Parts: sequence; structure tokens; C-alpha cells
Amino acid sequence: MEKLIIEKSNGARAVVFNGAKDPASFLDKKYLRKREPRLPQLSELDIVRHFTNLSRLNFCLDTHFYPLGSCTMKYNPKAYDAMCSLESFTSLHPLTPVENAQGTLEIIYKFEELLKEITGLSAWTLQPAAGAHGEFTGALIAKAYHAKDKNRTEIIVPDTAHGTNPATAAMCGFKVVNIKSNARGRVDLEELKKVLSPKTAMVMLTLPNTAGLFEYDILEISKLVHASGALLYMDGANLNALIGLVKPAAMGVDIMHINLHKTFAAPHGGGGPGAGGVGVREELKDLLPLGRVLFDGKKYLLEIKNKKSIGQVKSFYGNIAIIIRAYAYLRQFDGKTLGEIAKNAVLNANYIRVKLKNYFPAFFDEVCMHECVFTTPKDLPNLKALYVAKRLLDLGFHAPTIYFPLIVPQALMVEPTETESKQTLDAFTRAMKQIFEEAKKDISILEHAPHKTEIGVIDEVLAAREPNLKW
Amino acid sequence: MYNQEKCKFSKTHEWAFIEGDTAVCGISDHAQHEISDIVFVELPKIGAKVQAGKACAVIESVKSAADFYAPLSGEVTQVNENLNSNPALINQAPHGEGWIFKIKISNAKEEEKLLSFDAYKATL
Amino acid sequence: MFNGNSKETASEMLREIGLKSVEELFKDVPSTLRTAKFNLPKALDEQDLIKHIKSLASKNKTLLNFAGAGIYEHFIPAAVNALSSRGEFLTAYTPYQAQASQGTLQAIYEYQSSICALFDMEVSNASHYDGATALAEAVYAACQIKGLNEVLISVGLNPQYKQVLKTYFKGTREIKFTEVSLDNGTLDLEDLKTKLQTPRSAFVLATPNFFGCLEEVLEISAIVHNANALLISLVNPISLGILETPGSYDSDFAVAEGQCLGNTMSFGGPGLGIFTCKKQYVRYMPGRLCGITKDDKGNRCFVLTLQAREQHIRRERAASNICSNEALCALNALIYLSLLGPKGLKEVASLNLEKAHNLAKQICEIEGFSLTYQKPFFNEFVINCPIPAKQIVKKLAKKDILAGYDLGQVDTSLKNNLLICATETKTEQDLANFVSCLREI
Repeated sequence: MEKLIIEKSNGARAVVFNGAKDPASFLDKKYLRKREPRLPQLSELDIVRHFTNLSRLNFCLDTHFYPLGSCTMKYNPKAYDAMCSLESFTSLHPLTPVENAQGTLEIIYKFEELLKEITGLSAWTLQPAAGAHGEFTGALIAKAYHAKDKNRTEIIVPDTAHGTNPATAAMCGFKVVNIKSNARGRVDLEELKKVLSPKTAMVMLTLPNTAGLFEYDILEISKLVHASGALLYMDGANLNALIGLVKPAAMGVDIMHINLHKTFAAPHGGGGPGAGGVGVREELKDLLPLGRVLFDGKKYLLEIKNKKSIGQVKSFYGNIAIIIRAYAYLRQFDGKTLGEIAKNAVLNANYIRVKLKNYFPAFFDEVCMHECVFTTPKDLPNLKALYVAKRLLDLGFHAPTIYFPLIVPQALMVEPTETESKQTLDAFTRAMKQIFEEAKKDISILEHAPHKTEIGVIDEVLAAREPNLKW
Repeated sequence: MYNQEKCKFSKTHEWAFIEGDTAVCGISDHAQHEISDIVFVELPKIGAKVQAGKACAVIESVKSAADFYAPLSGEVTQVNENLNSNPALINQAPHGEGWIFKIKISNAKEEEKLLSFDAYKATL
Repeated sequence: MFNGNSKETASEMLREIGLKSVEELFKDVPSTLRTAKFNLPKALDEQDLIKHIKSLASKNKTLLNFAGAGIYEHFIPAAVNALSSRGEFLTAYTPYQAQASQGTLQAIYEYQSSICALFDMEVSNASHYDGATALAEAVYAACQIKGLNEVLISVGLNPQYKQVLKTYFKGTREIKFTEVSLDNGTLDLEDLKTKLQTPRSAFVLATPNFFGCLEEVLEISAIVHNANALLISLVNPISLGILETPGSYDSDFAVAEGQCLGNTMSFGGPGLGIFTCKKQYVRYMPGRLCGITKDDKGNRCFVLTLQAREQHIRRERAASNICSNEALCALNALIYLSLLGPKGLKEVASLNLEKAHNLAKQICEIEGFSLTYQKPFFNEFVINCPIPAKQIVKKLAKKDILAGYDLGQVDTSLKNNLLICATETKTEQDLANFVSCLREI
């Protein structure tokens, strides 16, 4: 446990700016702040210690196996951190004339070209700041595409979708139509047929879906969707399972987003910034957000006007620091090796699935893609996913995603990624087996887990009933 | 206070305590137990018109947000302001201090569709 | 690249799970989809990759920068990046498992607290994508609170922010925006009063506004609240080192672009969307929040809280689909604010004020150049030039100077007007260099 930095404040100074004059010599006093903000006052050494100590309270990818399902916690190559920190990239003001920003613009342009090749879609934007922001962009594009058909007010979302999908649809003014998946965790074609109508603007699918399964009926689904005049949206958060093997456009995808930080190995930074690319097929190209990077054969330019565009979705051109890393990552593969990412990711997930078969069953007992959703064993009804997650922390592993997808009771969603070794996966499965044995013997050790972390069982009810959100 | 034997219930676990043309509404003991520790209640506005079977309030636990469906149609005349500072009242006394709002009933016929306590118990 | 296993180990794993080939794992994928060819350039090893990226970087040219317009160049102390780039912060994810994330959680709590202290506001969330998207979310919250989709904005709101508001709400949640005009660079208060005679949910006050001018915040706040509308303030966080705070003039929401707090410009991204509000509106606030609680041993600890507002629980009923935050940028801001403290922040803000005023004075001494608006300003101001601003930007770029923002892009009647910014990063020599280049035009 670390004191709050404000509690350590002792009046010392860290960073000083010499030569500042009294602001009252330039501005009337009425504009000036009356009391100084309650910020820490400490020496630089004490600040360095504070944040270094805080950092040590975290589990992270550099220290722990981090099988958080749906988040693709793969290794973040160290070379890229240095690359995106090059001063020529970081010191560039966004209003710099394009002539002086050719390097950054070329990266955006070339990365979009590469994304076109690996997805088969015709055009990309890298403006959105995150995956969910990409979804928002995609849904706005669907709205603009259907502008002349005011009846297309619905977006169909399967029950396996990320929570962001229905929230996105609602933000864009669509009505959300939820459909149930079939017994094998896939879109039920009959259910889909029932709800597809001239009111459908778009169907949003996560591919592979959040149960970690491939929609084997995808070609039939896209046919049905297109026959009804709607668009097919692919939530590409799980692209790691298909990259270099399947082109989304070939599945009939009209619009998709990719979470660059997931598939393309950018660090997640404790929750962001991420970056979300959005790709579309030819017909939708002009609707992409304003500010695309263009190439006139000699130099890179920025699109300034486009009446058909949905407009800007944020200030300027995208999260450049993440885009540079993602571009660098993609350049380390060629057409043959790119597919190795997905193959190894899928192999690792299935390896865990099979190894845990007699302990924690996969909810859908069949080959999975890059992640596998487990549930607690039927003969241990008192064992909750939460206990497993917390006990794993004791045993030196970050927990999987729990209680998601919602269709799986006591869900434990494990995504190992391709960058983990057999030894790590074996250690993880051993830990899971230990938890299984503990649950059989004496569940109380699990109920009160974690025991070895600095903080024990947390009172979340108190946090919500009496919110304490600042010092 | 609003003795459960004297309340009428919806299948979605809301109760109504009816007196003349007004009804006090809340959630059943079973429902508060299922939701577990309630941390927040999003109350309807006074004067709002609620419709039987339609969501008109939200009851939050740490990890869930459950819709409250109005058991009867009517106009909200009073809300339980105490829930703003102490939402746990619903957990402590779902048929007492944990009532949620009062309405002036607009369609008395809807009362027939509600269940008696015994009939409600049988659905659980 | 980066596989955890050798080919041999991978084959062994396949055998162990009873498969002959990895292809068997992809049997659900229709065979017609498995014929894709990927035409990519030659793969680069790390050494060649670094050369390649460096050669691209060398195609950028950093100019002596006098542009602001939403993104600002400030000095970033070395400790900021040294601390935030630690793997424990950089390679962790969203702190859903509180016991494994106390470092990130405490940092978020301290960020929220520092922002509240700086802004004098009651609640801050863990951050949004950038200033423009934070503003859009605040506007939506205000409309939900008031149950009315009518919002007033100022002509002096950053045009990119206007554009983002339009993208977010036109044809979607259908919020109607009406602009209040300016009078000599600041808000026309009579026009504000008139337009508030029609019911509105909120007024978006930008101060300094896009033209750098400081608004009469107390008067505006009174007018807005008298009309029963909410006040959403958009401010420059560095300016709050010396300027009166959004809380002091009773803002209901206050938002900002927080890039200026310890984050690089990086061609405009990532940004840091600062989002604050009064406590009574916390339920309308989208995005993550971190709070203090206790564990079973009674120890103080940190946890994400009030999560039932968010998309992963409320799905289509959530206020926003936002899922991530700009955690690393928020951490940079926190470290920056901690290193500077109240005194350093006052110093840096005072230096911005001084440099900008010195520069304005020197430019006005050149014949044909004058301040367009005679209003108080912080670190940015508008100069009326003898020739179109566009030409000045072009000419000075040839001398490796980014002269500012050509306001002709916003309004053709302002085509001779240049929006100029000077921060603490500019030396007397830099100012003199800029002024002499302008003199030569």
C-alpha cells in the first residue's frame, strides 16, 4: 500500500521555471485564480519513488501471463516504443504544413494500404481513437449510406456481441434488435431471418464471436444480410484469430473496425490510448471521416473537403503514437508469415482448452479460435468464476475475463495469444487444476481469495454507495 | 408497512400496494435478494406518466442495472427521496422503507392482471 | 515473429492435443475463404525496421512553432516519460482486477483528484479520447439532464470541436446547436441573453475562446443559470495555473484537451479528454471512474466504481459506448502536475502569458500588423496582417517557422487574420526571429 501523493506533500519543489513574472502585470486581477490548486509539493526524488512504487503494485504483460479474453494481451515489442518516441514524430504540431509532415503522413497512408491488402476492403481511416470509437464511426457510415431510406432504423446485434455494439447503435440513433445465438454459440440463421427486414440498416457481428467461435455460416449470413438491403459490420476486435488467413471482405463484410492496439501489438497503457481503424468497401469510401491522407503520386496530402463524409469523429488525424507502432509491427511480417500469428494464437488457445478438459470444461465443447470460454464444473456448484479469477492472482497469473460473454454462466474467457510459450501455458493449466482440487476439498480458501496480493477482498458496494472519487 | 400479503405483484417482481386510486410501488423481497446489494436507484420524475409493463426506473447493484417495470399505469405523485442517500433501504425493507414511488392509477382494470402474493410466490 | 514457441514445440503441442495439422483448428472456416493471398512487402528484421522508421521520421521537419489552436507545445520534464513508460504501467490493461491493478487505479484516483483541484470541480472521470469528444459527451449529458435537445455554442468555439459536435449529433441523437455571436472577439452578451429566451439545455463557454480571448465568465455564468440552462466550460488546463477556475464561476460541466499537461503533440494524437462535473451530475457522466474503498482487512484500496452506468452493463441504455480511457496520457498529466505542483504550474502559466504578450507587442510594432481584438488573452492572440494569413504561413514555413493558424479557413472575412501562440518554450531569440521574418514580408 502506498500513501496518496498528496499525503506525502511536504512543500518541496521538483520542476522549476525560472524568470516568471507576476501575471497581474498583464491581466486584470478579476481574471486570476484566487487560491492555488491543492496539488502535491514534493521533491523530484520523492515523486519518482512514488510512481515507481505505484507501478510495482500492477500485474502487467511484462511481468505476468495476462490471458484477458477479448483483449489480445500479446507481447509489445520494445523497439516500437523507441520508434514512436522519435522527436520528429512527437514534436510535430498537427497544423504543420503537409510538406513538413511527410514522414507521419506516409506512415498513415502506407499502413492503410497494408490494411487494404490484409482485409480486402477498399479504404481505411485511422482517425478513431479506440475500438468503440471505430464502431461509432462505422455505424455513422451506415447511417449516411442509408440516408435516403429513412425506414432503416434498426441494427441487429447477436447476444454474443461486445456491450459496445448495442451502445454504439443507440448512440447513433438506431433501435437495437437483439438476437439469440444457437446451441453452438453461433448466430441462429432462423432467428436472423425473422428479424431481418426493410427496417434493418446493419447487422453487427464480432468475428470470431465473443464465445471464441467462428461463425461457420458466415457466407450464408452475409448473403441474407445483403439480400435484405442491409450492411454487414464486422467488429474486428478478434482479428488476431484470422489475420493473414482470411480476408474479411471475402466474407462479405462491408464495414469493419480493428483495434490496432490488440492485433498489432501496441501496449494497452493501463486502459488506453488505443486506436481504431475503420475499413469499408468501395461504395462507402467517400463516407469515411474527413481528414483522410491522400497521395498525389509525389507527396502525401490531407483531405480538407468532402461533402459526403460523415465529418470528423475527433480532433485531427488519429492516435499517431499507436499507429506508428502498429505499422512497425505489420512490417515485420510478409504475406507468408502473417498467418503464423493467427495459427499460433489459435493453437495456444486450443492447447489450454484440451489440457483443462477434465477440470474446467469449455462451455462450447468444440474447437475454438484465439480464445476459449470456460465455465465452472457442474459438480462444483459453489465454485464461482470470480473465485477462480481471484485465486489465479495468488498463483501468479492475471485473471481471464470473467462473466463475459453473458450467454455463458460463470464464464472464464481465456485468450493466451501467440506470444506465450508452452511452459507458460502449462504453468497456467497447472494452476487451474490446483484451483479445481482446492474447490473440491475446501472452497473457503477460494471464497476469500486473493490471499497473497497486497489487497484482499474488496468492498465494491461501499465504493458505489459512498463514492469517494477525489482527495 | 406495505404488507406483502396485501400487495399485488407483477411477474417481473414489482409490487403495488393499492389504496383507492393510488398505488405505492416497490420490488419484491425475492427481487432485492436476487439483485443483492443495491447501490443506486434511478427514480422517475414526479409527474411522469408510467405505463404498465414499461421500464420507468433502474435499480443498480455493483455489477448490474435492472429495469423496474411499472406494475400499473398512472402518474407519479411521490418518489422515495430517501433512496437517493440510502438505496440499501430496498434490501433492508423492500415492503417498507424501501418503497420506490407512488402513482395515481389511471387504469384500474390493469389491477386484475396482477398476481396475489400466493400466486406470485408460486411463480418463483 | 514474437511467437512463444519454436516450430518443434508447436508440433509437439498439436500432437498432445491429438491433432495432425494446425489446419484442423480452422475447419469451421469455409474452404473458399482459405485461399486468400497476401501481397505484402518483404518482412523487416528489427535492425532494418529501425532504419526504415528512422528514414520516415527524417521526412518530417519540426518547425519553430507558433501554432496552437487546440494542441500546444510545452516543455515536458524528463521524469514524466521515464516513469510512465515503465512496463508495469505501459503493458497493463484496464484495471478490472483491482487486486492486480492497484498501481493504475491509485494513479487514476490521483489523476481525478489533481484535475478536480486544478479545475475546482467536484468530480473528474478517468478521461476521454480528447477535448472535442469530451465536449460532445458533456453536451449529451446536459441534454439528458434537461430533457431537451437544444444547445447554445459560441461562434468562438474551436471549429474542429464544432465539427465533432455535428458528427456526433446530427441525424443521430438530433441535438440542435445555435451559435451566439461575438463582439470584438468575445461573446456578445446581449445575443446570449436573447438566444436564452428560448429554452436551452446548456451553453458551451470556451475561455480562452478559439481566438485566444478571455470571456467575462462570471457574467456569462449568471446569465446562463438565470435562464435555467447548464454551463459547460471548455478551458485550457495550463491557463488554470493562473486563471480563474471553472468551479469558481459555477460551471456544471468543465471539459478540456489535456494534451498540454505532459503529453507530446504527436501530430494531434493521442489527446487527453478531461471531463469534470458537479457531483449531482455524476450519474450522467460517461466513462470510467475510480474510487476509494476498503478490503476485508480494512485496508484502503482503489477500485473502478459506479460501473453500472457503463456500456458493458447497460448496453444500449448506456450514455456512451466509451470503453477505454486515455490512461497513459492521464498518467502523464498526473506526473506532470505532481512535478510542477501549484507553484510550477503558476510559473509556467505566467511565462506563457508573458511570452505571448511580448510577442504580440513586438508584432504590433511592425507596420501593417495589429491585434485584431482588444481583449485580454492568455497564450494565444489574433493578428490582423497586411496580406492573407495563408501566404504568411506559407512564406514562414520556408524559413522553418510555423507562423500560426490561418483564420481564413474558418471565415473568409478573417482571411488576413493569423492566430498565434507563444508558450514557455519560446526564447527571446525565437520571438525576435519570428518578428524579423514577419517584418520582411
